Amino acid sequence: MGEADQGRVAVEGLVKHFGSVKAVDGVSLAAESGEFLALLGPSGSGKSTILMCIAGFETPDAGRITISDRDVTSVLPQRRNLGMVFQRYTLFPHMSVLDNIAFPLKMRGVGRAEREAQAREALATVRLADYGARMPAQLSGGQQQRVALARAIVYRPPVLLMDEPLSALDKALREEMQLEIKHLQRELGVTVVFVTHDQTEALTMADRIAVLDHGRLCQVGTPRELYEAPRDPFVARFIGETNMIDGRAAADAAVGSRVGIRLVGDTVVEATAMAPLTRDAAVVIAVRPERLVVSADSGGPVSGRVREAIYAGVATTYVLELATGATLRMRSATGANALDLPADGAVSLSWAAEDARAFAAEGA
Amino acid sequence: MTAATSARHLSATTTAALLTPFLVLLAIAFLLPLGVLLYESLFVPAPTVQHYAKVFDDPVYVRVLWRTIRISAIVTVATLVLAYPLALVMTRSKGAVLALLVACVLLPLWTSVLVRTYAWTVILQRNGIVNQLLQELGWTSGPVRLLYTEGAVALAMAHVLLPFMVLPIWASLRNIPDDYTRAAAMLGASPVRTFIEIVWPLSRPGVASGCLMVFLLSMGFFVTPALIGGPQQMMMATLVSQQVRELLNWPFAGALVGCLLVVTLGLVLAFNRALGLDRFVGTR
Amino acid sequence: MTSGRFILHAAAWAVVVFLMVPTLVVVPMSFGPAQHLQFPPTGFTLRWYSDYFADADWMSATWFSVRAGIIAAVGATVVGTMTALALVRGRVIGRRILDLLIVGPIVVPHIALAVALFLVFDRLRLNGTLVGFAIAHTVLAAPFAIFSVLAALYRFDADLEMAALSCGASRLRAFWHVTLPLILPGVLSGAMFAFIISFDEAVISFFISDIDGKSLPRKLFEDIDYNLTPVVAAVASLLSFVSIAVLIGGHVVGRMAARRRAG
Repeated sequence: MGEADQGRVAVEGLVKHFGSVKAVDGVSLAAESGEFLALLGPSGSGKSTILMCIAGFETPDAGRITISDRDVTSVLPQRRNLGMVFQRYTLFPHMSVLDNIAFPLKMRGVGRAEREAQAREALATVRLADYGARMPAQLSGGQQQRVALARAIVYRPPVLLMDEPLSALDKALREEMQLEIKHLQRELGVTVVFVTHDQTEALTMADRIAVLDHGRLCQVGTPRELYEAPRDPFVARFIGETNMIDGRAAADAAVGSRVGIRLVGDTVVEATAMAPLTRDAAVVIAVRPERLVVSADSGGPVSGRVREAIYAGVATTYVLELATGATLRMRSATGANALDLPADGAVSLSWAAEDARAFAAEGA
Repeated sequence: MTAATSARHLSATTTAALLTPFLVLLAIAFLLPLGVLLYESLFVPAPTVQHYAKVFDDPVYVRVLWRTIRISAIVTVATLVLAYPLALVMTRSKGAVLALLVACVLLPLWTSVLVRTYAWTVILQRNGIVNQLLQELGWTSGPVRLLYTEGAVALAMAHVLLPFMVLPIWASLRNIPDDYTRAAAMLGASPVRTFIEIVWPLSRPGVASGCLMVFLLSMGFFVTPALIGGPQQMMMATLVSQQVRELLNWPFAGALVGCLLVVTLGLVLAFNRALGLDRFVGTR
Repeated sequence: MTSGRFILHAAAWAVVVFLMVPTLVVVPMSFGPAQHLQFPPTGFTLRWYSDYFADADWMSATWFSVRAGIIAAVGATVVGTMTALALVRGRVIGRRILDLLIVGPIVVPHIALAVALFLVFDRLRLNGTLVGFAIAHTVLAAPFAIFSVLAALYRFDADLEMAALSCGASRLRAFWHVTLPLILPGVLSGAMFAFIISFDEAVISFFISDIDGKSLPRKLFEDIDYNLTPVVAAVASLLSFVSIAVLIGGHVVGRMAARRRAG
């Protein structure tokens, strides 16, 4: 086993049914050694099922799972040497905090003194050194989840699995914990597979994000790749905010080439083809709100009016209604160069061709 | 429902292993003895239904059968009438009052049927409290025979079985959200009308399981009829006992037990169909 | 209070009095000095209680019942816990039939089971033996132990078992270190319930006892039928006290477990 592959987690061709529902539909992906990989998707996307398969709590119907290059597909969960943090605080309520953390060491036959020393060290790592004697019920939700984290890392597993560990916490605590977990992961060099439905959380924490939908893997990439180069409309919509504009291809186009798109009302705009397009095929164009260029006149090819202006401190979001009836959102940073559009004023819109991505319309 | 391949669930082999002791126990100490007894009733001395025919033909036994059904019905109705107001008040009580009421219902359940029946023999005997009271009040000139009457049997059985009626009714009344009765009151229903339209229909599952339990227990009740009814007020269970202990007539005792089992199984299966067994077993 | 509510409450309290009266009559009488049962008692004596403790027959019946009760409680609890685990965590084939089998010993009239066991035990020479009583009472109490443990398992968070597995525990160790301690109040209350069921059981005891091996309820049954001495009142009172003590004891154990968890 190569030292570099210690902690690499890979699934290949994973399939899992629940009754007649295909929860995971042929997913292959890998978390490299020491990487923080987020599995992101709405509920029912199969992200938790994949994690449960990696943990060994679910047995896949097809496919292979390897951890540190060892095939663990049919290995019992307790023999996979993984750390796991659950959505709810699954601390053992009848054991003290220290006993909770020492539990995995006890299961591994570590002696009492050694156990306690290591548990104390892990407790200090999550900044709860003084709480060892408490019972879980005496801790706040955030503290409980930190103890659960300590329990998962105390035996230095090469891989840490986390199933929406922060979803029960309030927003401020969640953001604090996100940075803390990220920091801890870097320090320990542990591979983390982290399930979340919160795209901000995934963008904040992950080295790479795997976006899932209906049991299929849509795209894997760094946060920047997913945000700036989504490969399908679902990813574009799920990561960040996106305007979707319907149209038809004005010509055949290869992937990555510029193509004219005819909108409702026969206006033709420019976009980058993300899929091979044939002339007259139905397409949707995805444009980020902050990439729209707006001027306060009605002369441009795409025109509309300001329906609403929402001031949110760092930026102002304008809701624009196009002549075609479609609604778009446009964002402009506040500050010296802030755009100040009058409510109900006429505007015209444009964008750079590389900021607009044309996808084949879903269901077309 | 989780699919078959999940470590959250035990394997079929482990499940079977865990169930084995109970199934073996049930087989040797429940199914086998009942089976042997029923075999006696049908195949001794030769394959026959004569023992069963005797239960329904001989006037002596028909009288016992009728008395058993009559007393069981009386006891069921009596416990229902007594239990419902108590259960209703329990639902509307809180704190110490509720604790007291619950204790008064549970304590009898936790004391032996024998002890409670014994108390009634003491109360109802020739020089017992009731007779003393009757004479002091001048209602009777001498002691009246109270023991060994059908009324005494029904009274003591109603007392012994009352908790089995209170608990399921209380459980179903407790499950009616206050909002329902409040809403009915807001909509202008009188308390009586609210009871008829809302509370009673929603408590019917509890009433049904209480009635089933009390009727079943009454049909096969032994201790109370044996001690309070005596040979004069023989019921099915005391008749079975007599056949076995005095006459050693196993085939006929088996037939009597067979009749009891048919009634039991029929009622339980009917209940299962109508309301589900889990509802019934949640009662105690 | 409206008149309707008054009538309802009056009726309810009358029923409570009806429930309690027999006990409230017997217990004072057991302390009365008269040879014949007398109410209200004219004095106070512990004579009938000391008679009970001095009587070899009563004592041997009592110890017989205690031993049978303990074996039945342990047996029913072990069997019941295994069955409850299989029902909640396992893959059970024929669940509906199993449900029926579980309620079987509860709904089948005790007289039926009593006579049937008497017949079979007679051939196996188990009548009047501790083994016979233990078997009969275990089967009678097992369903109640199952329900008690089932209720505890439904309250128990199954994710804790998964957490234990993820910590490297085997299924058995996860059960031993995590599941069992947390469902223990349910297991213990099932055990106490089973003990009381066995200890108070009169019908099966009535049939499967013999001269040498008889349980306390059987001895009590005979004495109620043949000689109504105040000793019987003392024994009946003691039986009630034992049941109440076990009930309260179980409640206290459950409270303590909950409090320890809260820290």
